[in-house]
Amino acid sequence: MASAIFKSSLTKKFWMALTGIFLISFLVVHCAINATIFFNDGGKTFNVWAHFMGTNIIIRTMEIVLFAGLLLHVIDGLILYFQNRKARPVKYAYEKSSASSTWYSRSMALLGTLILLFLILHMYHFWFKTRITHLDVTNHVMMIDGLEYENLYAQMQLVFSNLIVVIVYVLGCISLFWHLLHGFKSAFQSLGFNHLKYKNAIAFVGDAFSVIIPAIFAAMPLAFYLKFIQ
Amino acid sequence: MNLTLKVWRQKSTSEQGKLVEYKVSEISEDMSFLEMMDVLNYKLIESGDDPVAFDHDCREGICGMCSMFINGEAHGPNRGVTTCQLHMRSFKDGDTIYIEPWRSAAFPVIKDLMVDRSAFDRVQQAGGFISVNTSGRTLDANAIPVPKEDADKSFDAATCIGCGACVATCPNGSAMLFVSAKVSQYALLPQGQVERKERVLNMVKKMDEEGFGNCSNIGACEVQCPKNISLDNIARMNREYLMASIKPEN
Repeated sequence: MASAIFKSSLTKKFWMALTGIFLISFLVVHCAINATIFFNDGGKTFNVWAHFMGTNIIIRTMEIVLFAGLLLHVIDGLILYFQNRKARPVKYAYEKSSASSTWYSRSMALLGTLILLFLILHMYHFWFKTRITHLDVTNHVMMIDGLEYENLYAQMQLVFSNLIVVIVYVLGCISLFWHLLHGFKSAFQSLGFNHLKYKNAIAFVGDAFSVIIPAIFAAMPLAFYLKFIQ
Repeated sequence: MNLTLKVWRQKSTSEQGKLVEYKVSEISEDMSFLEMMDVLNYKLIESGDDPVAFDHDCREGICGMCSMFINGEAHGPNRGVTTCQLHMRSFKDGDTIYIEPWRSAAFPVIKDLMVDRSAFDRVQQAGGFISVNTSGRTLDANAIPVPKEDADKSFDAATCIGCGACVATCPNGSAMLFVSAKVSQYALLPQGQVERKERVLNMVKKMDEEGFGNCSNIGACEVQCPKNISLDNIARMNREYLMASIKPEN
């Protein structure tokens, strides 16, 4: 299977693009559900949605696909990175890369690594605590309409009461912003979608997406820390 | 004008090279960059030194032989020109100019500023051609209708001179701008349809075998290309490859 996926330089690009677009679609869902914290209703809406995401069979299946997609994106990215370094073993004495390309398009591996490090911490804070062990908070159950819900919202409040954690999360979102700013457009180019009719539309949507999604994510830890939401 | 040059000197592929500093004086701003190099070489020959080896041929921007990396840019600071079309008026009196060979694993240095670009020839031989019946009843190309838009795009791709600036400037050492230009110029024309699918598969396979890197859509190649070959060609090659992989038979 590995040989079919990584058969050529172009198949590697296709998988990078497909997994990238898949991860982008995940960001939309994740961001939309988490944004329910801004209803400022003590976490009721958020906890109901978190419960749905944690119990629905389709979502749980997609969780496995998501892990597989992320893993493929990371492995493919690492292979590309090391192959590309090998293809250019000697550096120029006089470098002027900024004349013809952006720094972030050249730094996707670095930005991706920063995002991965952030993800490990993020998974430990939430995914690990709700799926593997248990929440750190004492009020780990919330009653909504007579039903018990796991209080993931309280876990968010606790995690985001630490300034260092909040800063790390915001830095993670900034890395995501730069990664998406190149990655979104790049994915469509890799798949061959670049017709004059919609090339500019993809670029515009890509730029807007790269700003809006990380900004909403970054606003979450900040809003908790600054007590804009209770 | 008087200039300080830092030129990459390397005796052979196997030997270590280094930057060597030279001073040149009384350089006219109307000289081309290669003529300035000629001045340096005359000076070196007169003093009994080994002249700097560099590739050049037509000196009018169409052969694709000149190949210098000047102050961190392929073919120097100007856009849409080769080194031979770069004039010294683009520099100032007293400037220090770094002159290096193309850097890529697939383009080993032969001597000084000359690199071996035969990898491009081998990629071209893997599929960059069409089959034409030459039995005496060859169909006149002008008799085959081609939509104007396709003809223009094909011609734009065909202006690629295979100089290798795309590979030299790409941080990944990728040759995809070159290969995609060759794939595109035939894929867009009726004459290119017979080998259309195997062409893209074979050329990409050869490109990978030659040790070129993978494109990550940075776009530096398009900026530095002396013939302004567009990234659209790479997207077209991606589509061609995808279609040929999904359905290899015609």
